[in-house]
Amino acid sequence: MKPTDVKDPDYFHKVVDCQWACPAHTPVPEYIRLIAQGKFTEAYLVNRRSNVFPGILGRVCDRPCEPACRRGRVEEEPVAICRLKRVAADHRDEVSHLLPQKPETTNGKKIALVGAGPASLTVANDLAPLGYECTVFEAMHRPGGLMISNIPAFRLPEEVLDEEIGYIENMGVEIKLNHRVESLKSLLDEGYDAVFIGSGAPKGKDLKIEGRDEAAANIHIGIEWLENVAFEHTKAIGKKVLIIGVGNTAMDCCRTSLRLGADDVKVMARKPREFFKASPWELEDAEDENVEILVNHSPKRFVIENGKLTGMEFELMEYQLDENGRITDTKIAGSKIIPCDDVILAIGQENAFPWIERDAGIEFDKWGVPIVDETTHESTVKGVFFGGDSAFGPKNIIWAVEHGHQAAISIHKHCQGENVAERMPRGLNLTSAKMGVNEWMYSNSFDASDRREMPLVELKQRLADRRKEVEVGFTDEQIITEVQRCLNCDVQTVFDAPLCKECDACLDICPVDCLSIVPVAEEADLRQTLRVPANNAEQAVYVSEPLKDTGRVMVKDEDLCLHCGLCAERCPTSAWDMQDADIFIPHAIEEAEGVAAE
Amino acid sequence: MTSMPKPKISKHLPTNKLGLTIRHYEGVMSTLCAGCGHDSVTAALVQAFWELDLAPESAAKVSGIGCSSKTTAYFMGQSHGINTVHGRMPSVATGANAVNGDLHYIGISGDGDSLSIGFGQFAHAIRRNLNMLYMIENNGVYGLTKGQFSASADIGTKSKKGIANEQTPIDPCIQALTLGAGFVARGFSGDKSQLVPLIKAGLMHKGFALIDVISPCVTFNDHAGSTKSYAHTYKYYHPLVHTDFVAQADEITGAPDADGLLSVTLHDGGVLRLRQTESDYDPRDRAQAIETLMTPSDTGEIRTGLLYLNEDMGDMHAANSLPATPLNAISQDVLCPGSEALAKLQARYR
Repeated sequence: MKPTDVKDPDYFHKVVDCQWACPAHTPVPEYIRLIAQGKFTEAYLVNRRSNVFPGILGRVCDRPCEPACRRGRVEEEPVAICRLKRVAADHRDEVSHLLPQKPETTNGKKIALVGAGPASLTVANDLAPLGYECTVFEAMHRPGGLMISNIPAFRLPEEVLDEEIGYIENMGVEIKLNHRVESLKSLLDEGYDAVFIGSGAPKGKDLKIEGRDEAAANIHIGIEWLENVAFEHTKAIGKKVLIIGVGNTAMDCCRTSLRLGADDVKVMARKPREFFKASPWELEDAEDENVEILVNHSPKRFVIENGKLTGMEFELMEYQLDENGRITDTKIAGSKIIPCDDVILAIGQENAFPWIERDAGIEFDKWGVPIVDETTHESTVKGVFFGGDSAFGPKNIIWAVEHGHQAAISIHKHCQGENVAERMPRGLNLTSAKMGVNEWMYSNSFDASDRREMPLVELKQRLADRRKEVEVGFTDEQIITEVQRCLNCDVQTVFDAPLCKECDACLDICPVDCLSIVPVAEEADLRQTLRVPANNAEQAVYVSEPLKDTGRVMVKDEDLCLHCGLCAERCPTSAWDMQDADIFIPHAIEEAEGVAAE
Repeated sequence: MTSMPKPKISKHLPTNKLGLTIRHYEGVMSTLCAGCGHDSVTAALVQAFWELDLAPESAAKVSGIGCSSKTTAYFMGQSHGINTVHGRMPSVATGANAVNGDLHYIGISGDGDSLSIGFGQFAHAIRRNLNMLYMIENNGVYGLTKGQFSASADIGTKSKKGIANEQTPIDPCIQALTLGAGFVARGFSGDKSQLVPLIKAGLMHKGFALIDVISPCVTFNDHAGSTKSYAHTYKYYHPLVHTDFVAQADEITGAPDADGLLSVTLHDGGVLRLRQTESDYDPRDRAQAIETLMTPSDTGEIRTGLLYLNEDMGDMHAANSLPATPLNAISQDVLCPGSEALAKLQARYR
């Protein structure tokens, strides 16, 4: 195995599991340290550079960072990263004067953005301060896309949305509301320098089974129904409600039903719990509100009596699983009718582009998803870019934001006549975290506290008001504890092989036994010769140059490292050092200014 | 030393037969210099005890004075122990062993503690064949008093200021061999693959087991010109015998006598499997061991490994017919039979 190239920006980036897992690569440990220092505004701004909507995402992000968090491997629960993001947003001071400002003059380049969701808003956020004239076309009467139409106000208050969208409008972005784009061709004819399509995946899937048409009045498509509730076209629902499907939309539907008058809400799942698509915390929140989730019920027909929906019949499923948890056999063990007044279908959503003419030059695949370059986000028509759910099918807000950042870079390059595929590389700045003898620029002690639980509004009170935000936000005590749970994975252990005298001090002090000095071997064998075998293949092993006295190599298994710095404190020659790894992720502004990593 | 103790993370660690992880065998935070060989010896002791499935409370740690003697605080916080006065650890260990032979005695000493002020004590503990593992953390200097040469410093080795030592060194292994020790070994703090089996074997040997561990002083004796630095030891390191310790319950695999492999069953459990690196070296031959150590190496080799082993010697308990039951397990009326019995005893001397 060759020595590890720690100059490769991706090497240490991967060690910061949360940042690597975040589509927008938010530097999580950095903002948690700022929160720990009480620098909420700075923490908010660090967030905003990457994810644009810290207040929104601090409440409703899909949190790919949390399952990735190293803390979850070291003990039971990851750091409450998302909660801390909200802490930064809740406690920040006025930031509008610190944000990118509307430029005094524009550069004359006109950009059309279709749909005022997170993808388009991110593109506008990145391009407007550079002088681009951004016009966003939105079919609804309010901006936000699914963030306002599909995410219930009890999870995401409208003020939070309005404020963070307002920051972008203040950069000189024009949002044309109630303006549905009906034709791509005519939009292209209007002479825009580039077009960005962030129109989402707006079509909820239907369930065409017996009784669907007769009972149409009491069968609702999830995302449409949520939008009708958000805009107050729908204000009530029956007492007994069945939700079909068990994704995050289903969770929003069941909890919204409870707030609209339902008192018996069941979520009907076709498969066992381990196959649920909803995030574990959204399932928990729903069950906390006494929503019942029934597994192994596959919809068979809607039951109608006297022309009215009275229930739904389900086939009772039995599944055989292999040892990997995959379904190998399915059996129908009977059927059951469950009475209900209304049914909400939350079984997925699809892209729909009725407004894109088939001869406009945009090519689609067989599922109706446009063919889009994964790096540049350019479609098969030069100058037309896609992002968010409309690009590669339904994902989530944080993916939409990252698509927006990448599309903004492409749009800038397109407008400047540059090659959109030639992009600034990521960078890495390493600076020693040493402040003195056994003193570091971060708190390196290990805090064994458990993850803090979000305080919630009492059940009766929250069900009484659809807009009442359920999550109260962390208390001061919770903030103080939770920030210390972060392991500071961006403060890296960096090894300088020529300094090592092989005294074993670092090996002996390591609390997770992740260091070894062994003869060099191929990676698969080397992983097994370590003091604790490195069996998590997803995590890298860091291999040094050969050591001067024995020719062996220092090996570090990155999997469980606490970043406590004890190896560096115990090292008599500073062969181990703790170094702050600043991962540089270029955005449109850096492309425009040509500022690469130092 | 570090700014904080090692965090107690054990989710990733296996447990031994007692259900304990290796963390349970660690002690308080070391205050020795960063990079001190003694901390590696500590880690080797921790590993050996954990792997032997010995309960921490089955051990008694005894030490004298010096950097080395601080080691006892850094492993097995749940065991018995005493820090004695300088060089007097063997006497205290003798007393403790006499009244309770059931514990595993581990003496930790240094080259100063054992080869200068405590030289006599060291010699007589060997003569008594006290049942204990006696470790000398040997770095050739007095670290606590800023690096003066100790009695184990080689002729010609240089101090930090460049002055060469002119006095002849005392080799604890040669001394132990001439005094009749049944288990004599030399290890190096930088090689746990050798040191851990030696510690396990020493603990399971019934009688006095000496392990002289070259344990560099990172602050005062780790420079060019020192013969006890890490670099010098790695360069001239030469195991005479490779040692594997196999717990008795485990199956012994491989042919016991192929490739110069010897198997020796230890009195207190376990089997030692030894493989010589030089085919004519037999660790059961005391005269050869002494001769080998007394003959200077042409190439400056530092000979290590299990140098001598004799499992057929009676220990202090056997020689003095001491009671097998520890005194703390004997009831008060037997221990103290009363004034009548005392009077009877005294009458025998009138």
